[in-house]
Amino acid sequence: MKTNVIEKAVEPDVLEEMRHSAEIAHELRLRQQQRSRRARIYKHIFLIGMSVMMLYPLFWLFASSLKPENEIFNTLSLWPSEFNWDNYTKGWEALPISFTVFYANSAIVTVLSVIGNLLSCSFAAYAFARLQFSGKNLFFALMMMTLMIPYHVVLIPQYVLFLNLGWVDTYLPLVVPRFLASEAFFIFLMVQFFRQIPRELDEAAMIDGCSPFKIYWAIILPLSLPAMGTAAIFSLIWVWEDFLAPLIYLNDIKSYTVPLALRLFLDQEGQSVYGQMFAMSMLSLVPVIIFFVAFQKLIVRGIATSGMK
Amino acid sequence: MKKFLARNGPGYVFLLPWFLGFFLLALGPILASLYLSFTRYDMVGDPRWIGFDNYQYMFERDRRFWKALEVTFTYVFLSVPARLIMALGVAMLLDKGLRTIGVYRAIFYLPSLLGASIAIAILWRQLFAADGVVNQILAKFGIEGAAWISNPDTSLYTLVVLAMWQFGSPMLIFLAGLRGIPRDLYEAAEIDGTSKRRQFFRITLPLLAPVIFFNLVLQTIEAFKTFSSAFIISGGTGAPADSLLFYTVYLFNEAFKFFRMGYASALAWVLLIIIGFFTAVSFFTSKYWVHYENERD
Repeated sequence: MKTNVIEKAVEPDVLEEMRHSAEIAHELRLRQQQRSRRARIYKHIFLIGMSVMMLYPLFWLFASSLKPENEIFNTLSLWPSEFNWDNYTKGWEALPISFTVFYANSAIVTVLSVIGNLLSCSFAAYAFARLQFSGKNLFFALMMMTLMIPYHVVLIPQYVLFLNLGWVDTYLPLVVPRFLASEAFFIFLMVQFFRQIPRELDEAAMIDGCSPFKIYWAIILPLSLPAMGTAAIFSLIWVWEDFLAPLIYLNDIKSYTVPLALRLFLDQEGQSVYGQMFAMSMLSLVPVIIFFVAFQKLIVRGIATSGMK
Repeated sequence: MKKFLARNGPGYVFLLPWFLGFFLLALGPILASLYLSFTRYDMVGDPRWIGFDNYQYMFERDRRFWKALEVTFTYVFLSVPARLIMALGVAMLLDKGLRTIGVYRAIFYLPSLLGASIAIAILWRQLFAADGVVNQILAKFGIEGAAWISNPDTSLYTLVVLAMWQFGSPMLIFLAGLRGIPRDLYEAAEIDGTSKRRQFFRITLPLLAPVIFFNLVLQTIEAFKTFSSAFIISGGTGAPADSLLFYTVYLFNEAFKFFRMGYASALAWVLLIIIGFFTAVSFFTSKYWVHYENERD
C-alpha cells in the first residue's frame, strides 16, 4: 500500500535509484551479519579451547584417580586402561584414621562456621545499613580496614589467647571467631545488598510499631535471601578449604579436617600411593563443585529477581 | 543517658558480635603483636623486652627475610597483572552477545573456587613434576621440559601459572562492570568510525577504571596473603633453595616451627605495613586515574 503511494509521488528514475540504494543497504547488512557470524564462530572456538585448558587439570586429576599406579605418569591419555575404583575405597582407609572421621570433622566445623558467619555478619550489616548510632562512620571505616589485614598479622596473639583459654586442639578457635563477625567481606556484601531494599518498607513497619529486631527478622532477612545464599556458599567453600587455622590449632589426627588429612599423603610420597592421594583429593573437591552448581543457579535467580524492579 | 540509649541502643546491640570480634580478634591482636615484636618470646617463658633488636636483625642480618621479600614481591608483580589482564580479556570476549555465556562463565570461574584448596596444590605439584603432564605435553612438541618445581629458577613460575588459572573472580567483577557501560557510547563511536582499539582506550578503559582499581587493590592484597599453595608445593619450608619462601611461609615457620614468636610478630608487622602502604598508594593515586561516573552517598 505504502509503496504505491510513494511510487505515485516520485519520478520513476528517482524511484529506481532509491530501490538500488535499498538493495545495497540490504546487501551490506547481510555481509555484516555473515561477518559477525563468522566472528562468533571463531570466538566460540577460542572459548572452547580455553575451557578445555582450564578444565584439563581437573580432568587429569580425575583420570589419575582412576588409573593403575604405573599408568599415571607414563601416558598422556586421560582414559584409564582399567577403572581402578579401589583407589577410592583404599584411599578412604589409607591413613591411620578413616576419612569418615575427617569428613565428619570438616562437616562440623563448616556447618557451625557458616551459621556463625551468616548470623553475626547479617547483624552487623543490618546495623551499618539501617540503624542510626554514634560512631557509625568510624566503625564502618574500621570494619573496611580489617578487610586488608592479613590473617598472619593477628595469628600469633590469637594463638596465645586461645592457648591460654585452653582451646587449642578443639574446634573453638575455628568456629567462635565466625560468630564474632570476623569476616568483613560478608558484612560488606550484605550491607551493599541491604541498602537496595526500599527504606519505605522499614519505615512503614516502624510506624506499625515493629522493633528493629522484628524489622531485621521479618523484612530485611526474607528479602535478602540471594545475598544470604551467596554469603553462605562462599563461606561454606572457604571454610571447607581452610588450611592455615586448622594447621595451627589441630594437633591430634583424630580431630583433623579433610585438608590436613590430604597433607598427610604428601609425607608418604614415593610409596606409590599417588592413585589414592589423587582419589582423595578429587573427592575433597566434589562438595565444592556440587555447591558451585547450586551457587550458579542462586546467582542467576538473584540477578533475575533484582532485575525485575 | 536514656535518650542516648534509645537512639543508639539497637545499633550497638546488633553490632555487639562485631565489636567483640573487632577488639578481641583484630585490634587487640594487632596491638599485642606490635608489643611482641619488641620482645623475645618462645611461648615457654614470659616475653622479654629487647627493644628494636628484632627489627635490626631482620633488616641487617636476616638474609632469609630479604629472600622472602624478593620471592613475594616477584610473585605479586607477576601474578597480579597477569591475572587481571586475563580476566579483563576474557570478560570482554564474553560480554558481547553470546548466548552461551553462562557455561563459559561457570567453567572459567570454577578454578577460582578450587584454587585455594590443598587438593589443587597437591595436583599442581604433580602437574609440574619432572615426569609430570606439562613435560609430557612439551615433549610432544619436541621441547625438553624441566623439573619445574624442584628447580629454584622455575619453581616460582609454577605458582604464577596457578594464580593465572584462577582469574575467575576478577573476571566476574569485570563482567559486571562492562555491563554498566552504556551501549550507545559504542554505537556513537561506531557511527563516527572510531576503531575498536580506540574504543577500548577511550571508552572501555576509562569507564572501567573504578572496577580495575577495585580489582587491583583486592588482588594485590590477596597475592601478598598467598599461603596454602606455596606451603604445600614447597613442602612446608619454602624449598627448593628458598625459591618458594613466601613471606607468609617464612612467618609461619618462624612462629610455629621454631617458636620465635617475638621475631615472627615483627615479621607480621612489616607485612602489615607493606600491605597498608600499597593500599594507601592505590587510594591516594586513584583520584588521578579513577573517575566515578555517578557518585552516590
